[in-house]
Amino acid sequence: MPEQITVTVNGAPVAVPSGATVAVAMVLAGVACRTSVSGEPRGPLCGMGICFECRVAIGGIPHCRSCQVLCEQGMQVTTEN
Amino acid sequence: MSKAGHDVAIVGAGIVGAACADELGRRGLSVVVVDGDVIGSGATAAGMGHIVVMDDSEAQFALTRYSQQLWQELRPELPDDVEYEQCGTIWVAADEEEMIEVRRKRDYYSKRRVPTDVLDPHALYRLEPNLRPGMAGGLLVPEDGVLYPPCAARFLMERAQKRGAKLHLGNSVAQIGRGQVRLVDGTEITAEIIVNAAGARAAELTPGLEIKKRKGHLVITDRYPGFVRHQLVELGYLKSAHSVTGDSVAFNVQPRRTGQILIGSSRQYGAEHKEVDHSMLVRMLQRAQEYMPGLAQLSTVRTWTGFRAATPDKLPLIGPWAGNVTAEKTGSATGDKSIFLATGHEGLGITTSLGTARILADQITGTKPEIPIEPYLPSRTAKEYAHA
Repeated sequence: MPEQITVTVNGAPVAVPSGATVAVAMVLAGVACRTSVSGEPRGPLCGMGICFECRVAIGGIPHCRSCQVLCEQGMQVTTEN
Repeated sequence: MSKAGHDVAIVGAGIVGAACADELGRRGLSVVVVDGDVIGSGATAAGMGHIVVMDDSEAQFALTRYSQQLWQELRPELPDDVEYEQCGTIWVAADEEEMIEVRRKRDYYSKRRVPTDVLDPHALYRLEPNLRPGMAGGLLVPEDGVLYPPCAARFLMERAQKRGAKLHLGNSVAQIGRGQVRLVDGTEITAEIIVNAAGARAAELTPGLEIKKRKGHLVITDRYPGFVRHQLVELGYLKSAHSVTGDSVAFNVQPRRTGQILIGSSRQYGAEHKEVDHSMLVRMLQRAQEYMPGLAQLSTVRTWTGFRAATPDKLPLIGPWAGNVTAEKTGSATGDKSIFLATGHEGLGITTSLGTARILADQITGTKPEIPIEPYLPSRTAKEYAHA
């Protein structure tokens, strides 16, 4: 069993297995990564860093592709409007 | 007015051509516009869309201010996608020497009733907290603005069409002269007057025209709302824009309504290829980061280039072109009364498109212009050659 670590998504704790991407944490948290310009919810699509649909703010840095970043203990993730 | 097919044929569907078509149509002339590409495909789409008053010369000031006021009058009619924002320009002064220039500019503008605000460092950082610490101050010109040029050109062209203008796209112009525009597919369009509004390519159609391509690079970022709030230009920009030879870069960033940031600027003569020149791009971005270090952390979405139509004296060519001394020597275009010019706007064509259209239409219809037009007449260059 991989070690469990905890990140926060919009302030709420989410437990993920060590080695999971932030996209996994978003799916486990059950929230959309961001809202599109036309107001639609958006989340991971390609899963390989190409489509930019899964952007979130990580540690205050906007527009990070959640599928390309590994979770770290205590990481603060926020969804984007 | 004409036995020909149209009163006026305009070559070039950029913002200048579109504005001229709209204005000539408003005055009741029959107009046709031809372009090998789509509306606004040249410098119109490549540029930033800064509606700015400039004071390099009295003539440049007169045309930019006149045009800016025309944009302000037009503003209520502009569709939302033109994204007109009166965000103001801040001329950023890096040191006390540049603050002298700030005060000179303030005095110049205030004499001509352009509102400005001299910013001390405290005021500057309150307005633009992401500038590097240690700046001396700046000059805010609150009536300057930004817009999205391709949509502005489309709006003007559609309004021209509502006034009866015809539009032929997708077929390049091979030759113009003697009341005739010949397209590459052999189509011939006749008109009493032909307006060469082909921007940086104008000299290809009108030999003897002193227009050089001045290449520029731009970068656009992802959306970072609030990171930049005004069009920011370093005062050293003037040194860059004034240089008539050599490559130069200057800090010039613009906030878009989307929260994206346009980052410029570069100027190059003699670079004919449109590929991104990585050494220029690096210089340009380094300059931008010197003024705004946080830009380095932002994601960019796209990088591109464009060509400004540059004249030797930095003023556009607006009016009849009956061939200058050079043209007479080469035997081309001599005595052709049908050719008019509306080109050579360098980096100011978005701003000055509306003033250009008025001045051109005034000349064609014999109306008294609202500002003195002598500095923009193409015949000024003929005189220079004659005296040379």
